[in-house]
Amino acid sequence: MNDELKYLLSRAAQGKYSRRAFMGKAAAFGMTAAMANTLLATAVRAEGPVKGGTLLMGLGGGESTNSLDPALAASQVPFHVLRTSGEPLVDVTADGQLDMRLAESVESSADAKTWMFKIRQGAEFHNGKTVTPDDVLATLLRHSDEKAQSGALGIMQGIESMKVDGDMVVVTLSTANADLPYLMADYHLMIQPEGGVANPADGIGAGAYKIIVNEPGVRHTFEKHANYWDSSRGHYYGVEFLVINDATARMAAIQSGQVHIANRVEPKVAGLLARAPGLTVKNVSGRGHYVFIMHANTAPFDNKDLRLALKYAIDRQEMVDKILQGYGSIGNDIPINAAYPLFDESLPQRAFDLEKAAEHYKASGHDGSPIILRVSDVAFPGAIDAAALFQQSAAKAGIPLEIKREPGDGYWSEVWNKQPFCASYWGGRPVQDQMYSTAYQSTADWNDTRFFNPKFDETLLAARGELDQTKRKAMYAEMAAILHDEGGLICPMFNDFIEAVGDKVQGWETDGVQEVMNGLAPHKTWLA
Amino acid sequence: MHPILKLLVQRIALGLLLLLAASVLIFVGTTVLPGDVAQNILGQGATPQALENLRQQLGMNDPAHVRYFNWLGGVLQGDLGTALTNGQDIATSMGQRLGNTLFLAFWAAVVSVPLAIGLGLIAVRYRNRWPDKVISTITLATVSVPEFLLGYIAIFILSVQFRALPSLAMINESMSLGEQLYAISLPVLVLVLTVLGHMMRMTRAAILNVMQSAYIETAELKGLAPFTIIYRHAFPNAIAPVVNVVMLNLAYLVVGVVVVEVVFVYPGMGQYLVDHVAKRDVPVVQACGLVFAAVYIGMNIIADVVSILANPRLRHPK
Repeated sequence: MNDELKYLLSRAAQGKYSRRAFMGKAAAFGMTAAMANTLLATAVRAEGPVKGGTLLMGLGGGESTNSLDPALAASQVPFHVLRTSGEPLVDVTADGQLDMRLAESVESSADAKTWMFKIRQGAEFHNGKTVTPDDVLATLLRHSDEKAQSGALGIMQGIESMKVDGDMVVVTLSTANADLPYLMADYHLMIQPEGGVANPADGIGAGAYKIIVNEPGVRHTFEKHANYWDSSRGHYYGVEFLVINDATARMAAIQSGQVHIANRVEPKVAGLLARAPGLTVKNVSGRGHYVFIMHANTAPFDNKDLRLALKYAIDRQEMVDKILQGYGSIGNDIPINAAYPLFDESLPQRAFDLEKAAEHYKASGHDGSPIILRVSDVAFPGAIDAAALFQQSAAKAGIPLEIKREPGDGYWSEVWNKQPFCASYWGGRPVQDQMYSTAYQSTADWNDTRFFNPKFDETLLAARGELDQTKRKAMYAEMAAILHDEGGLICPMFNDFIEAVGDKVQGWETDGVQEVMNGLAPHKTWLA
Repeated sequence: MHPILKLLVQRIALGLLLLLAASVLIFVGTTVLPGDVAQNILGQGATPQALENLRQQLGMNDPAHVRYFNWLGGVLQGDLGTALTNGQDIATSMGQRLGNTLFLAFWAAVVSVPLAIGLGLIAVRYRNRWPDKVISTITLATVSVPEFLLGYIAIFILSVQFRALPSLAMINESMSLGEQLYAISLPVLVLVLTVLGHMMRMTRAAILNVMQSAYIETAELKGLAPFTIIYRHAFPNAIAPVVNVVMLNLAYLVVGVVVVEVVFVYPGMGQYLVDHVAKRDVPVVQACGLVFAAVYIGMNIIADVVSILANPRLRHPK
C-alpha cells in the first residue's frame, strides 16, 4: 500500500480525517469502496476503542409497567437495562464459554454437587459500596425466595444450601448439575447491594453504567460508573435507551440518525433497510425458535404416526424463506441448534416429504376430521401466515388442518399450554440441560408438548451430573433422537436476531446468545 | 337562582353522575376480560402457588363489588392508588403523562382552531370559487387519510429524506420550551391536519346557513364589505355549532391521539393506558378512563354552556 494512503488510513482510523474523504482518496488510488471500507474498519479496530460520547439505542419491547427489580424483568428493554447497569457472577460468551465477571473463578467438587465461586476483589456498586461475597449470597437467596417472583426461580430451585466461606460463595445442589455456572449467567441474577432485599427496584448494580433517569416505557439514561472494575469495557460517557415499540417509528429513527442502534428489525423490511445509507443490518443466528406444539397425550396427537405425519408435512425451507425472509435457519423438531455447546450434528435433518406424511397419516387411522391448529399474531411474527403455509402443504398430503385464529390478548394464559395444538415461540436458554428441563422433562411446569418419556427424563438427569464432556454430548444426542421421533414439538425454524447499526458504531461483535450482542453493545462498542 | 347558574349546576351534577356510570362500565369491562393481572405479571412463570400468593397480595380474592367500592372510596379521597404491576403511584406517573398529552393537545389546538376558523371564513367569502375549492379539497384529503399514515408520510419526507424535523417526539423536563416545541413539531402537524377538515367544513357550513338570512341581504344592500358581513354579522350567529365541533375536536386531541402517540413515540396518556390494559392493571385503567371521561364530559359541558350563552333565545327561556 502506498505511504500516503497508509498515513490517511491511520488518520481516518483515529477520527482526524473524515471517513468520506478517505473513501474518496482510496477511490483515487484505484480501490473499490468495499475494499476501502474493510480496510478502514480493520484499521479502526486496531486503533482501539475511543472513549466518550453517548450511545443512543432505539429499543422495542418496553412498557410503562416495567420495574427496575431484576427479578421481575421479562421483556427486551428491562433485559437491556439490567445488562447495562448490572453485573452478573459469570457471563456466557458467543462461543459458549464462561466469561468471569464478579466471580473470579469457579470450581466444583468431583460429583458436581458443590460449586465454589471466588468473588472478585475491588468491584464497586454504584452507591460506592464494595461488592462482597455477602452481597452475592443475599442476591442469590432473594431470587430463591418464591415471594420475590423472580424469573430465575426455576434455576434456583435445584439449590439445597448456600453459604459464604472467606472470599468464596459455596453453592450446594440437591442433585448434581455440571451446568450450574452457566445458569448463574441468567440476566435476572445481577448482584445487588445486600441482595436488594430492602428495595429491590432501587436500580443500584455493579455494572459499567449507573442509572440516571428511569422512565419506564419512555427512556432510560445511564452514565459511566467511574469505578467500574473492568477497564476494557464501557467506553461511552453515557448511554440512552429510547423505548420505541412501533416498528416503523424505530426504523425511521435509525434511518434519520436519531439513534445509533435499533433492535428487532422485522425480517420483511430488513432487506429494504439494508439499502439505506449510513447503517448496516446485522443478523446473527440465535437460539430462539418458532414452533407448533402438540400435546402428545391428547387425542388425536397421542398417536405417534399422526405426529410424524404432521412433522413430515411442513415445508421448513419455505417457512424460512417466506416467514423469516431468509433471516433464519431450518429446525429439526428439537429445540436445540448449533448455537448450543455440546450440540450433536449427526441427527439427520427431517425433510419435507409428502409421501411419508401421507403414509404416516394413513397409518394413524385418523378419521379425517379437521385437525384444529390455534394461532395468533402474538405467537410469533408471521404466525398466521406460517399456519396458512402449513395448512396448504399438509393438504397436499391429504391432512386436513383447520386454522383457528385466537385473540392475542390472553393467548398465553388461555391457549398456550392449555390447547392441544397451537403456535408458540421459545427464546432459547444458555445450555441444553436448561432448555430440556424447562419444557421437555415430564415434571416441567411448561411441558407444553405434554411429553412424558421416562428414558428421556433419566438421561437428562444423568447428563446433568456428568462432568465428562464427551459422555455428556453422547447423552444429549440420545435425548435429541428421542424427542425428534417421539415428541410433540414441530420446530420449523430458528429465527435470527436482526439489528440495525449506524456506521458510527465501531467494535460490533457477533453474539447470538441474546439480541444486540447479548446486551453488551454499550460495554463493547464505541463511536468512531 | 340565576337560570344560567342553575343550568351550570345541573350540567355539572349530570356530568358527575355520568362519570360514576363510566367508572362502573370500565371496571366491569376490565374484569370480564380473560386473564388477570397476577397471570400477566408472572407471565409464563405462573405456577398455581405463585398465582395464589400474588392474588392474595394484590387483594384480588375479594369479590368484584368490594374491590370496586374500595377503589371508589379511595378516589373520593383523592387517592388513585398504586399500579398493581410496578407499584408506582398512579397519580404521580399519570400526572406527568397527562401533562404531556395536554401539552401536545394545547399546541395542536393553538394552531388548528384559529387556522380552521380562518380558513372557514375565507372559504365562505370566496365560496364556489378557487380558494374555497382548494381549501375544501386539501382539508378533505387530510381528514380522509388515516392519521397513522399521515404520520408515516410526514416522517418519511421530513425526517428520513430531508432530516428537517425529528421523528421521535420524546420530551422531558430537562429540555427548554423551544426544544420541546421542535420535538413535537411533527405530531402537532399531523394532529392539525387530522382535525382541521372537520372544524373548517363545519364553520363554513354553519356560516353559509346564516348567510341565507334576510338580514345578511340587508347588510349587503347597506354596502358593507363581504368580509365584514361574515365576521360581524354571520359568524356570531353561527357560533353555537362551531363551538360544538371545536370542543369535540379538542376532546379528540386529548383522548383520541393514542395512534399518533405510538407513531411518534410520544410519552403521553395513550401508550400508558395501552400498556396497562394489556397487563390488566385495573386501577390504572380506571384512573385513565376516569380522566378521559372527565375531559369528554367537561368539553361537552363547555360547548353546551357557550352555545346557550351565545343564543339570546336560549339565554332567556320562557
